[in-house]
Amino acid sequence: MSLLEVDGVVVQFGGVIAVNGAGFTAEAGRVTGLIGPNGAGKTTCFNVISGLQKPTRGTIRFDGRTVTGAPVHRRSKRGMGRTFQRLEAFGSLSVRDNVRVAFDIDRGITGLLRPAAANVDALLERVGISAYAPDRADAIPTGTARLLELARCLAADPKLLLLDEPSSGLDESETDAFGDLLRGLAAEGRGILMVEHDMDLVMTVCDEIHVLDFGEVIASGAPADIRANPRVQEAYLGYSDPADETRHDLPPVDLTAEFPAVQEPGR
Amino acid sequence: MSSLLSFTILGLFTGAAYAIAASGLVLTYTTTRVFNIAHGAFGMVMAFTFWDFSQRQGMPVWLALFLVLGVVAPGTGWFIQRFVTRGLGEGPVSVALVVTVGLFVGCIGMAQQIWPPAARTVPPFFPASGLEVAGTYVTAHQIVTIVLSAVVALLLYLLLNRTRIGTAMRASVDNPELLRLFGGKPEQVASLSWAVGTSLAALAGILLVPIIGLDYYALTLLVINAYAAAMLGGLKSLPLTFAGAMGLGIMQSFAVAYLPSQGALANIRAVVPALFLFSVIVLMPQAQLRIGQVKGIVSAPLPSTSKALGWGAALLVVAALLGSSMSEANLLLVGTAATYAMVMLSLVLLTGYGGHVSLAQLTFAGVGALAYAKLDQPNLYGLLLSALIAGAVGALVALPVLRLTGLYLALSTLAFGVLMDKMIFQADYAFGYNGTLKAQRLSLLGTSIDSTGAYVVVMVAFFVLMGLALLLLRRGALGRLLIAMRDSPQACGTLGLDLRWFRVGLFGASAAMAGLAGGLFAGLRGTVGGADFQFFNSLPLLLLAVVFGVTSVTGAALGGVGLMLLPVLQSSNPSAAGAIFAVIGFGAVALGRDPNGLSNLVFSLGRRLDRRFGTDLRRRLPLVAARRAPGDDGSVEVPLHRLKAGDAPAPPEPGPATAKEVPAHVAP
Repeated sequence: MSLLEVDGVVVQFGGVIAVNGAGFTAEAGRVTGLIGPNGAGKTTCFNVISGLQKPTRGTIRFDGRTVTGAPVHRRSKRGMGRTFQRLEAFGSLSVRDNVRVAFDIDRGITGLLRPAAANVDALLERVGISAYAPDRADAIPTGTARLLELARCLAADPKLLLLDEPSSGLDESETDAFGDLLRGLAAEGRGILMVEHDMDLVMTVCDEIHVLDFGEVIASGAPADIRANPRVQEAYLGYSDPADETRHDLPPVDLTAEFPAVQEPGR
Repeated sequence: MSSLLSFTILGLFTGAAYAIAASGLVLTYTTTRVFNIAHGAFGMVMAFTFWDFSQRQGMPVWLALFLVLGVVAPGTGWFIQRFVTRGLGEGPVSVALVVTVGLFVGCIGMAQQIWPPAARTVPPFFPASGLEVAGTYVTAHQIVTIVLSAVVALLLYLLLNRTRIGTAMRASVDNPELLRLFGGKPEQVASLSWAVGTSLAALAGILLVPIIGLDYYALTLLVINAYAAAMLGGLKSLPLTFAGAMGLGIMQSFAVAYLPSQGALANIRAVVPALFLFSVIVLMPQAQLRIGQVKGIVSAPLPSTSKALGWGAALLVVAALLGSSMSEANLLLVGTAATYAMVMLSLVLLTGYGGHVSLAQLTFAGVGALAYAKLDQPNLYGLLLSALIAGAVGALVALPVLRLTGLYLALSTLAFGVLMDKMIFQADYAFGYNGTLKAQRLSLLGTSIDSTGAYVVVMVAFFVLMGLALLLLRRGALGRLLIAMRDSPQACGTLGLDLRWFRVGLFGASAAMAGLAGGLFAGLRGTVGGADFQFFNSLPLLLLAVVFGVTSVTGAALGGVGLMLLPVLQSSNPSAAGAIFAVIGFGAVALGRDPNGLSNLVFSLGRRLDRRFGTDLRRRLPLVAARRAPGDDGSVEVPLHRLKAGDAPAPPEPGPATAKEVPAHVAP
């Protein structure tokens, strides 16, 4: 049984079908990649999994239980943590307080009365942003803010991490270190599901990859299989040319702005 | 039978006018995401303008109508969008609400200033003509109104579906950024929709004036009917909005016709729109959370504990000095200021820390006062119980709108305020119709505090205690959580926080604080009535809280004094009574984007004085030097910068990264 099972999820916004019967899994102790061109429905899938978006149809099973109708906070209590593609750091608080809040929430209201045993600084150290600890979270670079969101999730010691484009905003050496961090987190037995555009990172870090296109899973498998899959090449490049080996490692060119109207029905 | 028909026609007529107003509201909201609380106030000002043109200056009706609907109203709408509300839609809901409440109060003040209270009438269109329909006489004015609403519906349909700018409007609803990318001009669209929206408000106002008269408040409050209708359409669908407006008009007309005019149900007639609004909000489907919004506001610096204690003690000393020297009448004013300051303190918790807006905070104070008078337990126990009751009522108001966010919560407080005003407070089991209740002064630890001076000191002491408690809360884990929830409710949810109950608790706590203030106020006055807590006075209270700074205890203290002085100022300069209101309203419009308000000036003055004289003073007074502020108190001092209209959040600068070498990520 997988840690996370997404089955036949459909999300419809008016006439637009953002996710069309997507089904995939993520295992404990493994890094799973969720890739696809812009507008493929990746973030919507994340919203459905974490409970911010109600699916039109389909089920989500997490850790042996169906959580399709469960509210956001209950999923988190069961061990789901997520980061956001568009940053959701607490901008008025310092980086350290951002993580403190996460610990506080994890302990619950009654826990607020007990003294904190949490080691906030160790967590900041682990994701590599201790240098920013006293800074306001709306004044730090994007890449750092993404790592902060990861640190915040880790405060609750989650079983599954949903990371939405965690590496954008990081430079090359930072990305390498981030890859190591991910492997380390998976080695602790956590499942990681990651939406990512950096193909180098995806190909080196992931154990398994699911490819979404137009809201459907068009391929699943190990990185090597995905790289060679003609349907994936077609989805990314608009054509399939096995001879053109060099192109496939490139991230997709961001020609079309993503349609936030599709991503965020609330606006 | 004919009475049924005539009431239906009357209902259709008012419904048609509501529909015109509501469609303007929907138009402006959908295109700019700014919910204009002042929509009805615009209609009121335009109705007065129409009176001025047609009656005072004696222009022909068609010319006056053309000038108001074609020039003044659209010009005003364009101006307001361009220079006041622009960019508010992307910011937090609380800012947009405060700014439009500012416009609301400012409009009322301005109207009172330009057209001082006097008897004015606007005759209906074609006063002498009418039709017999199945034995019922229908005036030409009613027919004109109903026909005009149909024309407005048709024109709006054509505008939105058959013209380029209409298509741009609809596109702008979904995503103004995208519209810009494709060569559209969302700014132009926004200005146009505000121009059209204001014209529609004006038309509705002018059509209703012959029936309800030229009244600052009655016309302004008509907007509640428009809100209710617009809510039924989800602030989006124009056909549903029209249906809602017509239904509401007929319901109101039938309520007048068939509900008993005596007894317990009599008051329901006055609150049909508020009840309708409340039920529509409660039945609204779950709101989608917005992801990726502007976050992080600059909060007022947190004072150290010793500093807060020092200022609290200083305030008490001042109160004691005043209490022993001032006349009875002036002491009552000081007590009133303390009451307002405590209610504003409850807004610091709710709005300043929590990011939610209540449009009826004074009503909660009224609940506290009512409970205190009814309990007739003039001691600490009775006071705390009254606060608890007000808190429970506050939680009850928040409970049905648990699933909804900012705007709807604020609007439900508005509906609640009107309901309490017109129904509950007036009822026999409460204050009674225009009645008052007697309340005794508090006795503490068995000693009754009879002298007004001592009572005022006790009130100030309560303010100081609540202020200190608030600062303590802000400093601790709960305060951090409140700020976090204001910045990003989504992230709090995914971190495992049950937002709904937290929000209900916050609302309840804030209402309890206001209730405590109300209970103390009842004791101060000796007699209290519904008139002391009128819903309308909650709006200047909110505005002054924001103007003086809704993020700090200092702001609440200053705001309380300011609100107390308001009627004093007005009665000493009756000719400028409206202008004072206008200044406050438009002042809030200017300052609404900066939640720290005027108390910022106080803080920066304090810092400057400290720099100038502080070291010198500390050298001479070793005692002062001994108590230094603790270092890590969780607060971050940041130079203040105002968020300007349309400003994106400051892009994260690479600055700090170069300043401190980014460490390599340490893998375990």
